[in-house]
Amino acid sequence: MQGLNIPLNHVLLLASLLFSIGMLGLMIRRNIIFILMSLEVMLNAAALAFIAAGAHWGQADGQIMFMLILTVAAAEVAVGLGLVLQLQRRFKSLDMDKVNRMRG
Amino acid sequence: MMRELVWLIPLTPLLSSVLLMLGSGRLPRRLIALIGVTSVGIAALLSLALLLDFLGSPEPFKVLLWNWLQVGSFNAQIAFHIDGLTLVMMSIITGVGFLIHLFSSEFMQQDDSYARYFGYLNLFVAAMLVLVLADNLLLLYLGWEGVGVCSYLLVGFWYQDSGNGRAARKAFIVTRIGDTAMALGLLLLFSEFGSLHIATINGLAAQQWQGGGAIPLLACCLLLAGAAGKSAQLPLHTWLPDAMAGPTPVSALIHAATMVTAGVYLIARLHPLFLSVPTAMVIIALIGLSTSLLAAFSALCQQDIKRILAYSTISQIGYMFLALGVGAWSASIFHLMTHAFFKALLFLAAGAIIHCLHHEHNIFKMGGLRSRLPIVFWSFLFGSAALAALPLTSGFFSKDAILLQAYLVPGLGPWLWLAALLGALLTALYSFRLVFVVFFGEAHTQPDKQPGLRMSLPLAILCLLAFFGGWLTIPVSDVFPPQSSQHPALWVEVISITVPLLGLLLAYLLYAGKQINRQQLQQAQWAQSLKGFWRRGWGFDQLYTWLFVRPYHGLAKLLKNEPLDRCYHGIVAIFQNANLALAASQNGRLRSYLAVMVFGLVMLLALSLGAQR
Repeated sequence: MQGLNIPLNHVLLLASLLFSIGMLGLMIRRNIIFILMSLEVMLNAAALAFIAAGAHWGQADGQIMFMLILTVAAAEVAVGLGLVLQLQRRFKSLDMDKVNRMRG
Repeated sequence: MMRELVWLIPLTPLLSSVLLMLGSGRLPRRLIALIGVTSVGIAALLSLALLLDFLGSPEPFKVLLWNWLQVGSFNAQIAFHIDGLTLVMMSIITGVGFLIHLFSSEFMQQDDSYARYFGYLNLFVAAMLVLVLADNLLLLYLGWEGVGVCSYLLVGFWYQDSGNGRAARKAFIVTRIGDTAMALGLLLLFSEFGSLHIATINGLAAQQWQGGGAIPLLACCLLLAGAAGKSAQLPLHTWLPDAMAGPTPVSALIHAATMVTAGVYLIARLHPLFLSVPTAMVIIALIGLSTSLLAAFSALCQQDIKRILAYSTISQIGYMFLALGVGAWSASIFHLMTHAFFKALLFLAAGAIIHCLHHEHNIFKMGGLRSRLPIVFWSFLFGSAALAALPLTSGFFSKDAILLQAYLVPGLGPWLWLAALLGALLTALYSFRLVFVVFFGEAHTQPDKQPGLRMSLPLAILCLLAFFGGWLTIPVSDVFPPQSSQHPALWVEVISITVPLLGLLLAYLLYAGKQINRQQLQQAQWAQSLKGFWRRGWGFDQLYTWLFVRPYHGLAKLLKNEPLDRCYHGIVAIFQNANLALAASQNGRLRSYLAVMVFGLVMLLALSLGAQR
């Protein structure tokens, strides 16, 4: 193993930091575009954790999971952007709090 | 020939009753009276023919009409059993019943519901005949309930007054308590003997229940409760004075001559059963004795003429129960018969007074009626003499027999005799108090009419019966075990004869001659309160109100609000409120959902971390 030897803990710390930022964004932001972006951040944080863990133990599983997450993120964005378009058309707004018709 | 036609006797009044009830409002009054009176008259003639036939060859027989129920080994038949006891009862019911019907046809002349009245009265006669003719206890119970219903209908006959309805309900409910006990007794007898046939039960009881035991005693007590309810004995006697709300001839027929003696008949009919349980016999005697004394004291203090007679009926039936309890079966039935004569006479005479005196009931507002209503006066005099058991009247023979038989009971006898003597003294006192207050002294109210022929004739016939009825012999020697021919000492008989005369003398001194000042006697505070206490019937009504009626009303009020349903309603309310609260959390805001999810996640993580440590 050549090059930079970053300790696993640091990477995991970064991943959890990213995850928390994404989650916070998810809860705080109202704009659906930002919510989708926060979701991306969270997914990538999870992916980072997988990569780091895979590198640490020298296993390919981490990279396979990363590929999977990437695919899921792409699909999610596709569906999410479709929803964004629909929302914009129907409500003339991207504010999530205005889209609360499904309440009990 | 006559014996096959027994079924006609109860059927005639029944048919006439159905006819009158269906034709109510469409039949002319004359026809109503004709149908109502004649049907019972036919029954009376048939009973008389049957009685004569029976006296010719005194052999009990059974008439099977049809099978009523057949379930497994249980078999109830519509079958009549005719022996001396049945015939005595039948003759009383149809004979006295006919006279009372005749009296009613004039007494109720002005009433709007003439047909309904005769319909009920005929139905009663039919039910009562079924009761005494029944061959098994189930059929007897049918008649038993039938007379109860008729009593209810007739006590509440003038239902426009809610007080009458209340009296009718009271009569029905109180007797129902006894009837329920009796139904339980019948079930117990059936489970023990596997049959409700009276002769079978009597035979088996005499064999198997000799000497008593818990179950026989229980069965006897349950039947006794039924008899006490129907016959207005302690502690179920409170309904009879209130039952006087009905028309007076009804009181004469149902609440003096026939229905109230059904309990006496029941016990006499099942005498082998009761004989095998000596404890039950003692209970019967004590109930009868205490009832007769309590009611006699109450009768002494009443002001309403009908209530006096009602309490006196309770008291006289108490004598019959005493006679049953000491095993003087035929004396008891004999007293039943003479009592039916003189008490029906007294009630009818009271009815005539009430009829002719603008519906006045208070005896202290009457007075001096001797010369104004002579027929009624003589009837009342004969009736009271018989009730007080003055020598040579019918009541004398029967009551004397009971007193002497009571004296002969080993052990308890003389005490029973003494107490019964006190009762006899009181009886003479209150019956002649009635005579002196109502017929002597100065007049307070003037009669506005005289009794007509249809009222006078029954009174005259009943006068004869009340006076000479004591010379009749009743053909019950085959039914009951033979009496001991033992006689008590002469002085016992002499005292028994003189005591009623003493009562008469006392009544004269108190109410007619006024040698003893009543006002002085009543001045003391305790005398006043004692008088009020006796007038209210020893406070039994109050006691029962406190013990049963109030708690029952409270319970009913409680249950009216559905306390059990409230529990379920509470559960439903909890879930509904929870639903509302939780539904509020579903506000459609994605961000708040998310916040809750994150909160939950953090909690879970914290918990798992805590668990690891």
